[in-house]
Amino acid sequence: MQKQAIFQSKLLPYALVAPQLAIVLIFFYWPALQAVIQSFLLQDAFGLSTSFVWFENYLELFSEPAYFETVVRTFFFSFAIATSSLSVALLLAVMADKPLRGGAVYRTLLIWPYAVAPPVVGVLWVFMLHPSLGVLSRYLRAAGIEWNPLLDGNQAATLVILAAAWKQISYNFLFFLAGLAAIPKSVLEAAAIDGARPMRRFWTVTFPLLSPTIFFLLVVNIVYAFFDTFGIIDTMTRGGPGTSTVTLVYKVYNDGLIGGNLGSSAAQSVILMIMVIVLTGIQFRFVERKVTY
Amino acid sequence: MVEQEGFRRYVAHIILWIGIAIVAFPVYVAFVASTQDNALIANGQMSLLPGGHFFEVYYQTIFVGTSGSTREPVGNMMFNSLVMALAIAIGKIAISIISAYAIVYFRFPFRMAIFWIIFITLMLPVEVRIYPTYKIVADLHMLDSYAGLALPLIASATATLLFRQFFMTVPDELLEASRIDGAGPLRFFWDTLLPLSRTNMAALFVILFILGWNQYLWPLLITTRDDMQTIQIGIRKMMTTNDALTEWPIVMATAVLAMLPPVFVVVAMQKLFVRGLVETEK
Amino acid sequence: MANVTLRNVRKTYSGGFEAIKGVNVDVGDGQFCVLVGPSGCGKSTLLRMVAGLETVTGGEIDIGGKVVNGIEPADRDIAMVFQNYALYPHMSVFNNMAYGLRNRGMPEAEIKTRVEEAARVLELSAMLERKPRQLSGGQRQRVAMGRAIVRQPKVFLFDEPLSNLDAKLRISMRVEIRKLQRRLNVTSIYVTHDQLEAMTLADILVVMNGGQVEQVGNPLAIYEKPATTFVASFIGAPPMNLMSTRQDEIKSQLGGAAGEAGILGIRPEDLVITDQTPSGGVALSLTVDAIERVGAETFVYGSRAQDEQRVAATPGELPPGEVIVRIPGTEAPAIGARIRVAAVRNKLHLFSGDGRTRIEV
Repeated sequence: MQKQAIFQSKLLPYALVAPQLAIVLIFFYWPALQAVIQSFLLQDAFGLSTSFVWFENYLELFSEPAYFETVVRTFFFSFAIATSSLSVALLLAVMADKPLRGGAVYRTLLIWPYAVAPPVVGVLWVFMLHPSLGVLSRYLRAAGIEWNPLLDGNQAATLVILAAAWKQISYNFLFFLAGLAAIPKSVLEAAAIDGARPMRRFWTVTFPLLSPTIFFLLVVNIVYAFFDTFGIIDTMTRGGPGTSTVTLVYKVYNDGLIGGNLGSSAAQSVILMIMVIVLTGIQFRFVERKVTY
Repeated sequence: MVEQEGFRRYVAHIILWIGIAIVAFPVYVAFVASTQDNALIANGQMSLLPGGHFFEVYYQTIFVGTSGSTREPVGNMMFNSLVMALAIAIGKIAISIISAYAIVYFRFPFRMAIFWIIFITLMLPVEVRIYPTYKIVADLHMLDSYAGLALPLIASATATLLFRQFFMTVPDELLEASRIDGAGPLRFFWDTLLPLSRTNMAALFVILFILGWNQYLWPLLITTRDDMQTIQIGIRKMMTTNDALTEWPIVMATAVLAMLPPVFVVVAMQKLFVRGLVETEK
Repeated sequence: MANVTLRNVRKTYSGGFEAIKGVNVDVGDGQFCVLVGPSGCGKSTLLRMVAGLETVTGGEIDIGGKVVNGIEPADRDIAMVFQNYALYPHMSVFNNMAYGLRNRGMPEAEIKTRVEEAARVLELSAMLERKPRQLSGGQRQRVAMGRAIVRQPKVFLFDEPLSNLDAKLRISMRVEIRKLQRRLNVTSIYVTHDQLEAMTLADILVVMNGGQVEQVGNPLAIYEKPATTFVASFIGAPPMNLMSTRQDEIKSQLGGAAGEAGILGIRPEDLVITDQTPSGGVALSLTVDAIERVGAETFVYGSRAQDEQRVAATPGELPPGEVIVRIPGTEAPAIGARIRVAAVRNKLHLFSGDGRTRIEV
C-alpha cells in the first residue's frame, strides 16, 4: 500500500530519516553485529589476546548442562507466568465486561499495576513474603509451611512467578476487555435464544471468538517473561538461591558482567535474538492475518 | 431469569473486588511499611495499619536518602528518572514522526530499504544486545550521562510504524488541498499533519513515558555514579545491604515514589493510555 | 480572468498505461466547462493535470496565456473543490478558508474581509468558528466552495463536488454553484459522471471515454447531434435506442445510402405510438415487455422479435432488440401487447458501423 499523493524533493526525505537511521545504526545494528562477531571469539583469562574460534562458544554452551537447565527453566517460567496471569485476567475481564454499576471504576482499579516497574514489583513481593519479616509469611508459617524463599529454590521460583504474573494481570485484563467488547452482542443473544446457558455460552461462543486475543497475549506474555522479568528477579533473588531463578536473560547478564565471559555471553545473546525473532515472526504472521496494514 | 441475573451480578462484583484486593495488597503493604518504624518491621512485627512516621520517612527519603547504603536523596533519583523518561518519550516521538513522514509522503531511492532497516529493530529488545551497546556508549564517552541513558532506548520502530499507519489513513486530498493552498512539504507537516497527529502523539507519549520511567537493566549497566542513578536502580542498591539492616521504611517509601508518576499517568490519562497500549501492540 | 487551453494533452503512466490520449479543449474566459464520462474515462486525471496534481507527459496546458506544465499547483492561480471536500479537520471554518491566503502572505485584515464576504455569500457567517466535524454535509460542501472563492483565482476546478450529497441537496447545490459561477464570472472546469448535472451546468460540455474526447460543444448541440454512438447513449436518459440498419425491416424503410450507414439511433422521446409510417421515417413493431409509469411520463420497454444483431458495445447500451419509448403519462399499453412505434425522418441519427462517425444524410 502506498500513498498516491506525495511531495517531490531530493534531499528533504533523507534529512528526515537521518536522525532515526543514525540512532538505529549506531545503537542497534552495530551492537547486534558486535554480539554476533563476539560470539565467535575467545578471550584469554587476562583479556590480553583474542582468537577466532568458530562455533566453539556455542558448542561449549550446548555441552553445558547448566545452559539447558536455564532454557528449560525459562520456558517453564514463561508458561507458568502466562497461564496464571491470563486465566486470572480473563476471569476478571469477563466479570468487568458485564453491564455492572461502577464498571469504569473497576477498570481503573485493575489496570494501574501496568505502570509499576519490574524492580518495584520485585521489592514489593519480596517484602511481603520475606521469610523473617514478611506480613504474609506469618500466615504461611501458621499454616505449617516451611517458608523460606531465600534458601528454598522452588519457593523462590514460585515467588518470582507470582510476582511476574501479578504485574501482567492488568495488561492482559485490558486486552481481554477490548477483545470481549469486539464480540457482537447479537451473537451472544442468538446463543441465548438457542438455549445456551451463561457458562455454556462462554465456552462455546465467547471463548472461541476470543482465541485470537488469547493467542496474541500468549506470545506477548512469553516475551514479557523472557525479558521484563529481569528487573523482578534482580531485586528479588539475584537468580538465587543457587541458580534456581536464573533465566536466559539473567544468565547473559551474569556470565557477561559478573563472570566476564564475553564470548559465551555473546553467543547466548545471539541465541536469544534468534528466539525473539522466531516469536515475533509467529506473532506477525498471526497479526497479518487479522489486521491488514 | 431476572433473579439469576441479580445473583450473577452479585458474584461478579465480589470477584472483581477480590481481584482489586489482590492487585492492590502488595502496594498497600508497601505504603503501610513506609509509615512505620524500621525496628518494628525488622522484628517481623509490622502492623497492617498505617503508622505515624509518614512525614519523617518521606522527608528523609526524598531529601536525604538512606543513612547506610546509597545515601543519595531519592528526589535526585526521581529527577534523573524524569529526565530519562522524558528524553526517551519525546526523542522517540520526534525522530519517529519525521522518519515516518519521509517514508509515507516521499518517494526516494532506498526508501523501502530504510523502512526495513528501521522495521527490523522491532524484533530485538535492548536486553539481547546489552554488552556491545554498553561498549559503544562507553566508547562515545556517554556513560553516566543522560544521552547515554536515553539514546540507545530511542532506537526502536514501534513509534515509526504507528505514525506510518496513521499517515496512511490521512486522505490524500488534504495534501493536495494544501499544495493548492500554497503549502510546501514542511508547511504541510507543521500546519496539518502534526495537529492531526496530536492524539496519537499523546497516546504514544503516555506509553513511552511509563516504559522510560520503568527502565532497569540499561541504567543499571551504564550508571556508575550515585548522582546519575535512576530511582529503579536506587531501590535495588538500597536492598544490597545484606549485613547492615535494610532500612525498610525508606525502601518502601522509595517504591511508592517510584510507582507514583507512572500510576498517576495511567489513571489520569486512562483513555490515552489504553489507546496507546492497544495501538503500539498492533 | 483566463482562458484554459489544452493542446494535445497526454498522460502515460510509468507502467505504459495511457490515461489521457491527446486531448484538445479550449475553455473561454468565464465559461463553465464540464468534463463528463463514465468512471475510468480519465476526466478526473485531466482535471488534476490542470490543477498540477498530476504531471503532464505530453502536450501543453495553458492558463491565461501561460503554459503551466511545470508549475506548482500553488502558483497556477487555481482553486479546487474536492469530492470529499478535503477540509482541514483541525482548523475552524474561518481558518480553513484563510489558510491559502495566509500562505500567500496576505494581510490579516484583508483575509478577514474576504473570508467574511465569502461566508456571507455562502450563508456560513454563523459557523465561522466551528470545526468541520460540527457541520452537515451540505455545509461542509459550502466551506469547500468558500475556500475556493476567497482565493479569487483565475480558474475554479471542481472534482465531483456534489457526489457525496443526497439527491435533494445535490439539485439545490447544483443551482447554487451555477448562480455563483455566473456572478463571479470565473472560468470553471467541473468533473462529473452524472450526465444530468453535466447538461444543466455546462456552457461547454466535454464528453470523454477511454482517455479521449468523444465530443466537445454546447450541451444542447451535443444532445441534438451526438458525434458517436457513445455520446448518443451517454447523454440523455433513458439512453438513445441503437439498432443495426442492416436488417431488412429498417434497411428498406431508410432506403439508399442511409440504409448502408450501419447504426440507426432514435431517442425514446422521438418515438410515438402510431399505426402510420411518416414519410422517410422509420416504424418498428414491438412487443411490450414492461412499463414504468413515473407520473408525467411513461416508459415502455419493448422488444423487436426480428432484431437478432448486436450493435456497438457502449455504456448504457440496451440489450439487443430492446427499445425504450417515452410517451405521455396518461397513456399505457398493456404488457404483452404488440404495438407499432414510429419516428420522423429528422429525428433519426445515423452512425457508421463502428459507431465512431456520425453520418448526415
